[in-house]
Amino acid sequence: MGKKFKKLIKNFSLSELRAGLGITAKELVNKKITVQFPEERTPISPRFRGLHALRRYPNGEERCIACKLCEAVCPANAITIESEMREDGTRRTTQYDIDLFKCIFCGFCEESCPVDAIVETQIFDYAFIDSREGSIINKARLLEVGDKNEDMINKTKLEDAKYK
Amino acid sequence: MAEIHNYTLNFGPQHPAAHGVLRLILEIDGEVIKRADPHIGLLHRGTEKLAESKPYNHSIGYMDRLDYVSMMCNEHAFVMAIEKMLEIEVPQRAQYIRVMFDEITRILNHLMWLGTHGLDVGAMSIFLYAFREREKLIDCYEAVSGSRMHATYYRPGGVYRDLPDKMPQYLESDFRTNKELAQMNKNRQGSLLDFIADFTEEFPKSIQQYDDLLTDNRIWKQRLVNIGIVTAKRAKQLGFTGPMLRGSGVAWDLRKKQPYSVYNQLDFDIPVGVTGDSYDRYLVRMEEMRQSNRIIKQCVAWLKDNPGEVMSDDHKVAPPSRVAMKDDMESLIHHFKLFTEGYCLPKGEVYCAIEHPKGEFGIYLISDGANKPYRVKIRAPGFAHLAAMDEMTKGHMLSDVVTIIGTQDIVFGEIDR
Repeated sequence: MGKKFKKLIKNFSLSELRAGLGITAKELVNKKITVQFPEERTPISPRFRGLHALRRYPNGEERCIACKLCEAVCPANAITIESEMREDGTRRTTQYDIDLFKCIFCGFCEESCPVDAIVETQIFDYAFIDSREGSIINKARLLEVGDKNEDMINKTKLEDAKYK
Repeated sequence: MAEIHNYTLNFGPQHPAAHGVLRLILEIDGEVIKRADPHIGLLHRGTEKLAESKPYNHSIGYMDRLDYVSMMCNEHAFVMAIEKMLEIEVPQRAQYIRVMFDEITRILNHLMWLGTHGLDVGAMSIFLYAFREREKLIDCYEAVSGSRMHATYYRPGGVYRDLPDKMPQYLESDFRTNKELAQMNKNRQGSLLDFIADFTEEFPKSIQQYDDLLTDNRIWKQRLVNIGIVTAKRAKQLGFTGPMLRGSGVAWDLRKKQPYSVYNQLDFDIPVGVTGDSYDRYLVRMEEMRQSNRIIKQCVAWLKDNPGEVMSDDHKVAPPSRVAMKDDMESLIHHFKLFTEGYCLPKGEVYCAIEHPKGEFGIYLISDGANKPYRVKIRAPGFAHLAAMDEMTKGHMLSDVVTIIGTQDIVFGEIDR
């Protein structure tokens, strides 16, 4: 009888609904966890795998020697490389395309590169690629991304170097 | 009197409660389900066939994309199958890291399930609270692998990189005062392990919050209790695994029954249900989150005390370190060999299963001795669960279909593969 009565009281007092609403009310005044995106950013790990970039040596020489290891290791076949001998006798790429439609951002290209030429940067909001054709980024644009962000790339890669 | 026929309703594939691309053909009589016929294949990407055409390591990234809410668990099954074939040793530390991230993944999956299940049934706020916690765990994913979802972190022979000893922090902005910023970065001062340890301290409070919101809630109970009952006997016959089976009262968990990795060194319990209805499965999953939290705590403690290698030193399978690769000719050769050709598995076949958040996730691998698998079969738990859709929904109301889809915790990435 006592148990039944207790249950009745519990049912009619809407106790569990009140408890739930209590949580909602508490969260109403609690500090919000929203991050105001363009102005404010969530923390990004130095290991982050975002937009690709091709790097240069400090003297301005491009790092990539067209060994095509990244092309071979790419699970999605997103990388296309053509190479030729340059006038000074070194081997360089004439074409280096990354198809961002195909790319799965696994990071294998960066992992495989023996000269740290192709890297994945912390850039994830690449809306500057405005056209469909632009999503297949070519060598010039990859180098441009690298040149623009060399400081950031250098910093993050150094931070993570000891784990690799 | 005119003859009245059953009504056929097309549920999905774009229904918001259809969890992706489920297309259900429902034969209904009034509002009572007479027959439910799931049509699958709308997310078929041919992962199994694709794996046949590339070296083993290349498929790790595609394993993430099977069940895309429990990424690292999928990888675990795949790399374990390869390791079993190659008979290579995985360093203890890597094993612990894997187990820790498996359990983080389990919490990620169950939080996702809780949020969407709540949303389907009509509880809006639980979704927001579940995602608040999820965000922290996704940050752990990012800190360790560089990707918030598709980690590609486990490799045959270990894990790709050791845990970082620094967490990325929030940067200054116009929106935050220094005091606020310090508050936000408070749990990010130490290493990743400190961050996870902090999470494990806070998480039980969050589960308590979900508990308070849902467990006793009368609307929640009205929608879940006695919906989609599966008896223990039927659950076994239908090939259920994971929380679906445990909800029916069968204490079957691969982590206990055939312990893999280092699960035999960890202390945790297996929750089981009684009646096998949706509410029991809800309780089982809630308790699983608490148990996962316990396992993570133990892993963090072990990992803090035991630094060491995280990758096998067998350079026929695992690439040498970058420093070695740049210094040493032999390492460079290994590096080139591994990234072009990969490695060959001995002739034979192997089945390797893990306790995935949704059930038994298995990889059946046949090798003909080449550097590519001859055949890969993925045993996805969700497939067997979805097959029971007709039996579980029969006789229920239309709105209960949504509950049952939710309680099955279906993800189409793994069902359609």
